[in-house]
Amino acid sequence: MAIVFQKPKSLTDAVLHYCPGCPHGIIHRLVAEAIDELGIEGRAIGVAPVGCAVMAYDYFTCDMIEAAHGRAPATATGIKRSRPDNIVFTYQGDGDLASIGMAETVHAAARNENITIVFVNNAIYGMTGGQMAPTSLPGQVTQTSPYGRDVKQCGWPIRVCELLSTLEGPEYIARVAVNNVKNVKAAGKAIKKAFQNQVEGRGFSLVEVASACPTNWGMTPQKALEWVESDMIPYYPLGVYKDRSAGKEAETK
Amino acid sequence: MAERVLMKGNEAIAEAAIQAGCRHYFGYPITPQTEVAAYMAKKMPKIGGVFLQAESEVASINMVYGAAAAGMRVMTSSSSPGISLMGEGLSYIAGSDVPAFVVNVQRGGPGLGGIQPSQSDYFQATRGGGHGDYHMIVLAPASVQEMASLTVKGFNLADKYSMIAMILADGTIGQMMEPISFEDVEVEHYDKPWALTGTECKRKHNIVNSLYLQPDVLEKKNFERYEKYKVVEASEALHESYLMDDADVCVVAFGIAARVAKNAVVAARGEGIKAGMIRPITLWPFPKQALSQAADQVKSFLSVELSMGQMVEDIQLATGCRRPVSLCNRVGGMIPSPDQVLESIRKAAKGEN
Amino acid sequence: MKTTQILIAGFGGQGILFAGKFLAYKGLLEDLQVSWLPSYGPEMRGGTANCNVILSEEPVGSPIVTSPDVLIAMNLPSLQKYVDAVVPGGQIYVDSTLIAEKVERTDVEVYYIPATAMANEAGVPTLANMVMMGHVLRHNPQLTFEGTEVTVQKLVPPKKVELVGLNMKALEAGRDYQG
Repeated sequence: MAIVFQKPKSLTDAVLHYCPGCPHGIIHRLVAEAIDELGIEGRAIGVAPVGCAVMAYDYFTCDMIEAAHGRAPATATGIKRSRPDNIVFTYQGDGDLASIGMAETVHAAARNENITIVFVNNAIYGMTGGQMAPTSLPGQVTQTSPYGRDVKQCGWPIRVCELLSTLEGPEYIARVAVNNVKNVKAAGKAIKKAFQNQVEGRGFSLVEVASACPTNWGMTPQKALEWVESDMIPYYPLGVYKDRSAGKEAETK
Repeated sequence: MAERVLMKGNEAIAEAAIQAGCRHYFGYPITPQTEVAAYMAKKMPKIGGVFLQAESEVASINMVYGAAAAGMRVMTSSSSPGISLMGEGLSYIAGSDVPAFVVNVQRGGPGLGGIQPSQSDYFQATRGGGHGDYHMIVLAPASVQEMASLTVKGFNLADKYSMIAMILADGTIGQMMEPISFEDVEVEHYDKPWALTGTECKRKHNIVNSLYLQPDVLEKKNFERYEKYKVVEASEALHESYLMDDADVCVVAFGIAARVAKNAVVAARGEGIKAGMIRPITLWPFPKQALSQAADQVKSFLSVELSMGQMVEDIQLATGCRRPVSLCNRVGGMIPSPDQVLESIRKAAKGEN
Repeated sequence: MKTTQILIAGFGGQGILFAGKFLAYKGLLEDLQVSWLPSYGPEMRGGTANCNVILSEEPVGSPIVTSPDVLIAMNLPSLQKYVDAVVPGGQIYVDSTLIAEKVERTDVEVYYIPATAMANEAGVPTLANMVMMGHVLRHNPQLTFEGTEVTVQKLVPPKKVELVGLNMKALEAGRDYQG
């Protein structure tokens, strides 16, 4: 019997701990598929964040390290500079990458560090139970913005791709989403490209994935995916923000 | 014999690190240790090594963590405020049991403090510095030659025990020049089967990690780590004894304070006071046994420090408080004069505090 | 045990630290134990600079010079600050171009050298420090002028070999000065 669908080789058999309806599983799979398709499983080294994906080290079959909160790009830098022939990636959430780790993110990008970053933006702190993230939308209700995010009091959400694409350094900056099949396929292509760039020595490649958090948003999985389309994507437009190999600087679709 | 050259203490650390096989340096500028970074920036590109100026000490220690996990001999250097920023990374490195080499060329604190020499990070260094139950091996050089030799030793010990080894120096030892030779560099090699190298699809994946959500597992990890620390305490404590054979007063001092105190001990002997000195070379593990034995013999101890007396309680603990311990100190970047130490020795000899 | 504690003091930019390094290397090449300790920090950029050098037949204890056997003063504030710290019987070298004041102490040997003027006249205006060092070598009992050129060669980077001759010119001028 022909196998038409199976678990990527680069994922372990461990059962994912994510909440029902959480897209982390999809994104893990996309990362693993990219690794499989490029044939880099044996030389990949992954850096897990602090956040919901903190135990990502149990899910990927490649060598893994658990970084301190926000420091994954620095830790990845240390690894990549030590082992330039290995393929080093980080998998980070919005609090990790865009709040506590903003300096590490920006400077790794500015150095055009030859690493791959998969940045999962679900507009909330998931693991700690639903606090306001640097990417929470204006008016968004969270545990620490119970009356809705008041931008006068706590500032505006940060558009990471737009910000990083102003830098001379990075090779590839793109935003994708995983709220429908079409977007999932496009996300897979972008993530693969971000790995491919590293294999080819092109430099810093970051893919932001607009994701959902049904549990902490207080929505059904279906409703959460709809909210990605109706509320998140308008604030965080999808597209390729920078792609040096294609001669592309900032551009949105 | 290798040629003796004049070198700054900070440069001696950098050169010794290179000779010890370190090819990865990550750091952020801060006085009074910047010569380490400058030396590395000059040398590393020429020998195929990596020098990277990080965006902060927070980033540099996490780069160290990454390179250490990748199996490299890696280091960073900083001074007091920068080491505070590294507390997080130090704790992660310790909790992941990977080896790293860290240099603290101390300056006065707390806060931004000053840039003149100090030893007031003693607690921070000997108690760990970051959160959680852990220790670092802490080495306290008192000469430029020791800046080099203890750097080599630090790298070796770090790899041997998969721990952080820290040089706890001060602005004086970092900035001063003395003759030095590099004839005795012995690089020890230890296997690192845990290192992140890529699996090559031939083995189960390695995970470098300090997260253990099951309390019983985390507890076990901590107990195991402390078994290792016991071995380190039993076998790696180092000290120098000076004129201790018949001493009544034992001066205890490390680093620059020991250099000053030595002059005072000589002067005290000139006055007929039976003074001697124990100079801890490792601050963790503290040379408890040497101090304990000294307590059987001497009438009192005098701790000479560039801090508010942070080492006093280690002396009291090591000696079971069997003899009085007095303190002679200057802080904030000031250094006691040999005369000040001599006066304290006179008082200690008379049984005054 | 014979030990000489030397304090060199002046403005940043006068080559105070370099002069100290010269003496330390000179001592090293004469098989003495030596230490060199600079003042460091913002004062290096224009304020006062000083440098502690110890030459000894025994391992050097404290590298900090509190009671100098030799004071080399390259400006007035330095002379005023340290003149009383010099041990009785010690030596004080004064750049008399920049310091008009005389030392009142009678228990020390004082040498007045118009080093800055001499350096200017010799066409090496930045090397007043080395003119002073030349005079120190002549009078200091623990050092000799012999081997000076080898010492200078150690200190001058290979790319700037022309500086060896200029430094020697300044050192010799200082040695030959009849005060």
